[in-house]
Amino acid sequence: MSELALRLRSGRERYPLVILGLAAVLWVALYAALKPLWDYLIFDLLSLPEERRWSDAIHFFFFDTTKILLLLVGIIFVVRILRSFLSIERTRQLLGGKREGVGNVAAAGLGVATPFCSCSAVPAFIGFVAAGVPLGVTLSFLIASPLVNEVAVVLLFGLFGFTIAALYIVSGLTLAIAAGFVLGKMRLERFVEPFVLEAAASAPGAGPQEAKLTWPERIELGVEEVKTIVGRVWPYLLVAIALGAAIHGWVPESFFARVAGSGNPLAVPAAVALGVPLYSNAAGVLPLIEALHSKGIPIGTLLAFMMAVVALSLPEMILLRRVLRPRLLGIYVGVVASGIVAIGFLFNAVL
Amino acid sequence: MHSVKVLGSGCANCERLAALAGQALNELGRTEQVEKVTDYAAIAALGVMATPALVVDDNVVLAGRIPALGVLKDALAERLTTPS
Repeated sequence: MSELALRLRSGRERYPLVILGLAAVLWVALYAALKPLWDYLIFDLLSLPEERRWSDAIHFFFFDTTKILLLLVGIIFVVRILRSFLSIERTRQLLGGKREGVGNVAAAGLGVATPFCSCSAVPAFIGFVAAGVPLGVTLSFLIASPLVNEVAVVLLFGLFGFTIAALYIVSGLTLAIAAGFVLGKMRLERFVEPFVLEAAASAPGAGPQEAKLTWPERIELGVEEVKTIVGRVWPYLLVAIALGAAIHGWVPESFFARVAGSGNPLAVPAAVALGVPLYSNAAGVLPLIEALHSKGIPIGTLLAFMMAVVALSLPEMILLRRVLRPRLLGIYVGVVASGIVAIGFLFNAVL
Repeated sequence: MHSVKVLGSGCANCERLAALAGQALNELGRTEQVEKVTDYAAIAALGVMATPALVVDDNVVLAGRIPALGVLKDALAERLTTPS
């Protein structure tokens, strides 16, 4: 390890909050400098002509890429540190005594706040059953967790502004609460795979108590999370922004307006049907969504598409199939997809 | 002899943690082998809800994350020096 890295590490261990403060100042300064920087580099230094389609597309590509990457790094880091105050064990404890209704609301909120990867969906499901968390409440948690994620919210904020990002959070939470509540009321417990109940019966009702994390450990978690997520999404991001830049510059508006404009009532259900089998992440779809929006496709249709992509991905369905019998899985997909279609229509009507 | 298990259903992260744990044991000069547990019932029986998880002698050392090699070595060294 280089000396600088060693020094950074020891600094992080001795003065973690000072380091955090410095990082925050640096981040804000960088963010503020981005636009002038690219204006200068592209229009002054390279003296590309302003107000031309191709040079604007180049400016758009570099400015948007750096802006979104910076936003992602900042928010993923902060969110991971905030989430380090909660764990899936603690969440289970909090949900254990809850009834349906209140439980669904709590589960949706905790689904957003708990550090959770959908790759852990099966052991978490068994653990929730073992602690007596009602089925509908567990499903609220499992819907909210991928749907309202920091990558989606950051990108919506960066590309569409505060209102759309806030509406997305509210509607995502509402969907998770309502869908979990409806599924709970349908009394579908008998369609849970039998092995889950057996496993839950022999599983301890309370999980292992992890030691309380120190600040340096929380920072370490944040850094690791940034590396993992940014490392995974950056190629999608580049392709999507490049496509977005191309669409911005060249594809005529009439093309998309004809195919999926607000005049087409089938556009929202079609967008959802298209989104479910598509496996991507918010970073992969959002820059495309922005480009399509600029060409006149209504935001409700596009948000519905994105929600379907992130909330109902095929790999997650395959995992859930391990704990839910086909009938329950089918009903689950049906209820969530209907909710997403309703949100799409609602947004199209009010925005 | 202690038992060192990595819990997880064969996902990429579980493979990474298993490889990392193997490397940590190696560098510590331990002879224990990493045992992979992929059966969900067995994972649940240990009370683990986030994978990948590292378990030494049926005690959960960490769950739901992949630590740096140094952290892993420290954690393993601490657990493995106490008599089983």
